[in-house]
Amino acid sequence: MNRQTQKRLLGIAALVVAAALWQIVAEYVVGRSFILPSVTDVAGAFVNLLESGTLVADIVVSLEHFGIGLLAALLLGVPIGILMGWFRVADFLLDPIIEILRPIPPLAWIPFAIIWFGLTTQAAGFVIFVGAFFPILTATYAAFRSVPKVFVEAGKVLGCDTSLELIRHVALPAAVPAIASGIRIAMGVGWMCLVAAEMFGVSRSGLGYQLWHNYYLHQMPNVVVYMLILGFAGLIIDRIFRNYVDQRLLRWHAGEVA
Amino acid sequence: MSGVTIRDLGKAFPKEDGTATQALEGVDLEIGDTEFICLVGPSGCGKTTLLRIIAGLETATTGAVTVDGRAVTGPDPKRGMVFQEYSLFPWRRVIDNVAFGLEMKGVGKEERRRTADRYIEMVGLSQFRDAYPYELSGGMRQRVAIARALANDPDVLLMDEPFGALDAQTRNRMQKELLSLWDQTKKTIVFVTHSVDEAVYLASRIVVLSPRPGSIREIIEIPWPHPRDRTSAEFAEVRRRVLRMIDETENAQ
Ligand SMILES: Nc1ncnc2c1ncn2[C@@H]1O[C@H](COP(=O)(O)OP(=O)(O)O)[C@@H](O)[C@H]1O
Ligand SMILES: [Mg+2]
Repeated sequence: MNRQTQKRLLGIAALVVAAALWQIVAEYVVGRSFILPSVTDVAGAFVNLLESGTLVADIVVSLEHFGIGLLAALLLGVPIGILMGWFRVADFLLDPIIEILRPIPPLAWIPFAIIWFGLTTQAAGFVIFVGAFFPILTATYAAFRSVPKVFVEAGKVLGCDTSLELIRHVALPAAVPAIASGIRIAMGVGWMCLVAAEMFGVSRSGLGYQLWHNYYLHQMPNVVVYMLILGFAGLIIDRIFRNYVDQRLLRWHAGEVA
Repeated sequence: MSGVTIRDLGKAFPKEDGTATQALEGVDLEIGDTEFICLVGPSGCGKTTLLRIIAGLETATTGAVTVDGRAVTGPDPKRGMVFQEYSLFPWRRVIDNVAFGLEMKGVGKEERRRTADRYIEMVGLSQFRDAYPYELSGGMRQRVAIARALANDPDVLLMDEPFGALDAQTRNRMQKELLSLWDQTKKTIVFVTHSVDEAVYLASRIVVLSPRPGSIREIIEIPWPHPRDRTSAEFAEVRRRVLRMIDETENAQ
């Protein structure tokens, strides 16, 4: 048995033991599904939700919120980060504004998200945008500031005449690994904001909304289902992104740091 | 056709306390077409600064550099540069590193790959055309950097201690290869080194700089043909002369 399968098997064994313990505690020690739903309660709730079709619909809605927010954060965060990282004047101009806005917790924007956008997909997307924007901006800015000078000078002597050419052909490719790390962090933050935004009523559907709604209905097994789905979805999104970046985009970078 | 004229060149770097470091002062030098010039001198005497001014990466405080009668005002692909540090773009394969300059010129993909392939072959790395820089040794990286500079077909090739980080054997092999490239391409080469041995082996003229402020102390012609014998008596004699000169400039401080 090699190490990898050994690791897998041990992990699965531990999961099974934990589930069994959970089941025993829930059923024989606590004994009330409201306080601690058992594994079987949760599995039953999962099947019901799946059959009713709401689960899939809510996953789609949440992914939509997430996608809108992340896309907006990328479309604004990367270019502004580039401007601030490359042009000192842009840095001087924008830095104070960014420094004032950045410490505001994304969730504090929820009231205005609702006032500006109503209870729409965009409102939830906006809150996620606020959460994801700053990590992307900061990572892009820092990445551009730390592009090795010799790459920029090599670009210049090889015929990059304008800032645009240097950014496009030298600085941006050099910065991609650090920007990708920033995007990963931003996705984590964005996912947390998603749940909170939906919970706080920015939306009338989605995983976060349903989690909170089922709490009101005292359907605690359903709440656990949504908790687990949120965790899994977050994990899967992160994995997909990481694999994509590692394998497709950044073969060269893996070799550089290894 | 590709002479470099340096007239009364001076460079001062302003310091925090309001004074300035005078890196170069009153440098006059006429470099002929297809010449191989080596700049030597103690550390900090302004070799890199002089090279960077010729490249257009630094602006002179006084005086001017002209190439073929045209004043240098900024970087230009007509003046190729090989840096002391590894400067290959790590995100590009060897072939695309070498083709970079042609890409910036707007040369089509097919043609620029063909040209790049030719230069990769010239530096003996055809096997590695699709490798990423991290897969190459230090010597190979500098060979790619040389091919990348040559692919732009520059008038002048500027090299700042390009073999400084290599072990002695690799270094000797690279010197031979460089001479062969110089022979094939007929470029004007300005080569900075702190190795007097390297300078005597390569140069048609050695320019000895003295520090603070950096200025030309002496110019030594070496009319011998290549390849040169490092173990010959006359080689040792010139090497000793240059070393003594550098020592004197340092002790004059
Ligand atoms: N960008 C810079 N800013 C300030 N001082 C510099 C800069 N570049 C070089 N110098 C100074 O100019 C002098 C010459 O440096 P340099 O040309 O690098 O010498 P060399 O290459 O001969 O060792 C040194 O005293 C160095 O400290
Ligand atoms: Mg130097």
